Amino acid sequence: MNTSKPATASTRLFGKQWALKSRYAEHFQPFYRGHGVGLALLALALILFGYGIYSLDMTIARLVAGFGELGAMSLRMLPPSPGSWALTSSYVHAMVETLAIALLGTLMAAIVAFPLGFLAARNTTINRLVQFMARRSFDTLRGVDILIWALVWINVVGLGPFAGVLALFMSDLGSFGKLFSEAIEAADDKPVEGVMSTGGSSLAAMRFGILPQLLPVLLSQVLYAFESNTRSASIIGIVGAGGIGLILSEQIRTLELQQMSFVILLILATVSAIDYFCSRIRFAVIGARAR
Amino acid sequence: MSASASHANAYANAVAAKRRQLWLGLLALAVCVFFAGHVAEISVNKFLDNIGNFGSYIERIFHLENGQWVLSDPKEWFWGWKKWLALMGETLLMAYVGTVLGAVGALLLCFLASKNITERHWLVFGTRRLLEFSRTVPEMVFALIFVAAFSLGPLPGILALAIHTAGALGKLFAEVVENIDMKPVDGVLASGGNWLQKVRFAVLPQVASNFASYALLRFEINVRGAAVLGFVGAGGIGQTLLEVIRKFYYADVSALLVLIIGTVMLIDTLTERVRHRLLGQERAA
Repeated sequence: MNTSKPATASTRLFGKQWALKSRYAEHFQPFYRGHGVGLALLALALILFGYGIYSLDMTIARLVAGFGELGAMSLRMLPPSPGSWALTSSYVHAMVETLAIALLGTLMAAIVAFPLGFLAARNTTINRLVQFMARRSFDTLRGVDILIWALVWINVVGLGPFAGVLALFMSDLGSFGKLFSEAIEAADDKPVEGVMSTGGSSLAAMRFGILPQLLPVLLSQVLYAFESNTRSASIIGIVGAGGIGLILSEQIRTLELQQMSFVILLILATVSAIDYFCSRIRFAVIGARAR
Repeated sequence: MSASASHANAYANAVAAKRRQLWLGLLALAVCVFFAGHVAEISVNKFLDNIGNFGSYIERIFHLENGQWVLSDPKEWFWGWKKWLALMGETLLMAYVGTVLGAVGALLLCFLASKNITERHWLVFGTRRLLEFSRTVPEMVFALIFVAAFSLGPLPGILALAIHTAGALGKLFAEVVENIDMKPVDGVLASGGNWLQKVRFAVLPQVASNFASYALLRFEINVRGAAVLGFVGAGGIGQTLLEVIRKFYYADVSALLVLIIGTVMLIDTLTERVRHRLLGQERAA
């Protein structure tokens, strides 16, 4: 940039600008040049957005009326209040149930996904077809939302927290299977070669070559999942699969807003407590390095 | 000899301590699991009695009313395809509009939540708590509240998606912004730029492709989310799905599930391709 010679006062401005323009021609051309495709895409995105606003009936009148109502509702949510002691204990019970659902669903999924993860990993699978099928099955399990799984399991085992546990199990099996197999594929080959070269079987290679690399990664993924499952478990009650969601949706339908805001605060507090404990455990087991 | 023996001893002690910790941890976990199983009314018998039902349920949703395998008559299977495709389109559009609104919100807020761009600590703190709140409350809960305020339809669903998206993306965006190279920022400030110019000319060019990639990832997640928002009356294909599951229209359940899963996978593949290109650009730049 600073290679040009010092110019006299009269030529400084024009000379410099001209020199710059000729040297960096591509930066001085009009903006639309060279951005044609990008601008077209942007226009398309904006048109789609406009169409969405229009076809989904997001009129200003509805927005204004709705936000007015929302404001009035927010005022009625304050202060959060549990209502009575009996209700408080029922909230706490529902929250414990929520945690139980999250714990069992996560743990079952982790246990079942562990061996399946080896099948779905390129370096440990039996053959390519098995690997492909396992991957696709995991994708399908994940593609179905947890609330849909909850509805399906309610048809099978009836209303209640058990259906919730199984729903969490199904959708977590899909995500753990994928995460575990990716972690196995990312494992370093050298320890495996070491075990093999000292005469270890392939099972021994997995146990002493891959597993020690794997466990911390898996544990941290399971702990993350437990935290997010606590959140999921608190909504599956909306369709009747146990947990605090049932209470929450009832309160919103009957507009008991002070109690509703209390329950939401209870959920938030529990989730952040779980978050705290999970990161403590992660820290204790894995150390600061792997965080 | 004695040195190696003491080494072996030390090793054994270290391993024993680790083993003890492991067993204690497992014991604590077992107690939790037992308690949780009691609370969640898990019964192995019930499960074993009903596991057959799961198989037969899956089998039944893949058979038409006349008992034929669904693929024998795809026309009959997808009898409502016009209506269902329209609903799927509405779902995608909801996810799109929700993602755009949320991403714009996140874009506006993320700079305020980044310590290296915003000097006022109370502003950073406040923005971060706001983002945290909007992503910790599940979007279903927002949807329930918004349905009560805005009445039924896609509008409350979009707003719920947008708020959750703003919270989730705002955090990710702020993390990207905090990792930028600060030299361009110094350059703009040194030549007298104000806060807005700093963000526009020093920060945005460094983060734009990352932002776009995260927004696409979120769109993917929101398509899944939008498909079930209808369960609480917030628009999209979920309402119909809930009805056919509750009313035991078996073949329709599988048709809708195939439609939803297929669409989700298609969107996943497309966005993944675009994201790889975006991140490739980032690396090349």
